[in-house]
Amino acid sequence: MTTRPAIEVTGVHRVFGRGPTAVTALHDINLSIAAGEFISLIGPSGCGKSTLLRLIADLDQPTDGTITVFDHSAKEARLAREYGIAFQQAGLLPWRTVAQNVDLPLQLAHQGKRARKERIDHLLDMVGLTDFANHYPDQLSGGMQQRVAIARALAEEPSLLLMDEPFGALDEMTREHLQTQLLRICAESRAAVVFVTHSIPEAVFLSNRVVVMSPRPGEIRRIVDITLDRTSDDLRTNPAFFESVAAVRDALHNGAPAGAGVDLR
Amino acid sequence: MTTTLKHAAATIAPPLILFTALLAAWQAFVTLGDIPAFILPGPTAIADQFTQFREPITGAALTTGRNALIGLIIGAILGILTAIISATLWIADRIAEPIVTALAVVPIVALAPVLYSMFGASSEQARIIVAALAVYVPVYLNTLTGLRQVLPVHRDLMRALAAKPLDVIRYVTIPTATPHVFTGLRMASALAVISAIVAEYFGGPRSGVGSFITTAAAGSNYAQAWAYVLGGIVVGLVFYTTTLALETYALRKAGHR
Repeated sequence: MTTRPAIEVTGVHRVFGRGPTAVTALHDINLSIAAGEFISLIGPSGCGKSTLLRLIADLDQPTDGTITVFDHSAKEARLAREYGIAFQQAGLLPWRTVAQNVDLPLQLAHQGKRARKERIDHLLDMVGLTDFANHYPDQLSGGMQQRVAIARALAEEPSLLLMDEPFGALDEMTREHLQTQLLRICAESRAAVVFVTHSIPEAVFLSNRVVVMSPRPGEIRRIVDITLDRTSDDLRTNPAFFESVAAVRDALHNGAPAGAGVDLR
Repeated sequence: MTTTLKHAAATIAPPLILFTALLAAWQAFVTLGDIPAFILPGPTAIADQFTQFREPITGAALTTGRNALIGLIIGAILGILTAIISATLWIADRIAEPIVTALAVVPIVALAPVLYSMFGASSEQARIIVAALAVYVPVYLNTLTGLRQVLPVHRDLMRALAAKPLDVIRYVTIPTATPHVFTGLRMASALAVISAIVAEYFGGPRSGVGSFITTAAAGSNYAQAWAYVLGGIVVGLVFYTTTLALETYALRKAGHR
């Protein structure tokens, strides 16, 4: 990891609406994410984790405070295509084939035909969908669609990947499979990742740090460091894994009884 | 190959059998029931008139078809253009809404007599305008709906990819709206023919299918009137199937299946 941070969030507030009906979605958020670091944002619904991700992506603007992405404003970073993004819905264009969907960012960046073709082949190979290049999204399962979306997010080799509950709608088996694949892909691409989730094991499995948020107003409650040996095959059954899960759960409930609106998947 | 033929036969055979049976029943009803021709002529009498007046029927069908086609093109272009404006400027949408609603509830052909006095009784103009107005409403409404179907996730994606406004229109808005535009055009193609024929009932030059239907009926040539109706049906079918074929081709080419 270098000293240059990927993302610097300073004193960010986001208030929706005005007057007495105003809702504070985010309250005084400060967060620094290093290059190559994998960060998860976790918390119950309405804690502002998706809002924070949208602010970093410049899909929404903070009411107060600043966000820099690789030393530029969030807007400059978006216009320079510094990040790749994946949403909870895969959001593929249904009239384009798998290859054409992955091609979209490259096409918008006006890259040469030949370079695009090579890049698409490489990306589809990476997510294991080479055989489905000419299929249309509605011919694929949810997990496969999500893999296409991830390939698309990685199309321009971004050094930052923003993911908003990308595995939220998938079944447990597909989910674990994709988590393992995502770790491998991230190790290859060395991108920093901001990953929004409401699953504790998912956050622990993937992240270097888990940012635990609480709702009304959305605040950072605690940041839990995860130190796991990711080379081991049985990470999910490792005692250290369970310790980290317990630490995140403890931070989420903050002494309150368990099960308050957070999936323990 | 043989399976395709079998499949085609299986698709075409049932409606063909039904159609033949209906024709036979009609003929039997007219012959056995001794039905006078002014109530209902039999299919054989109509077919006889159709072959006998082949040339004037073709001419009339071409005239009506030409009016309907020009009306369809004008109405469709206007409908699509104004829908794009309404989708872009909310104020235009607000202004257009009551006008389009008025157009949708007023039977457009009711305007025909007024338009004949405006453009002169020897001009086809009135019929073209009636067809264009009838076409305008479904094309405008369907295009506007289509333009508003862009998913928020696609909008976010294009913004995250820093796509230029023209690229958003090209890669997302147009492909999203296209199926809806074609639904509008398909509805409009039938309406264009119907309006062009009905407009002829209210006067104007004696040139199209509608004019000859009224003339033949007024002259007690019932089978001949029906033969012209048949000509009108052919024009309508040609319009509908052509739009349908165009739709299938365009959507397949654009990746919609």
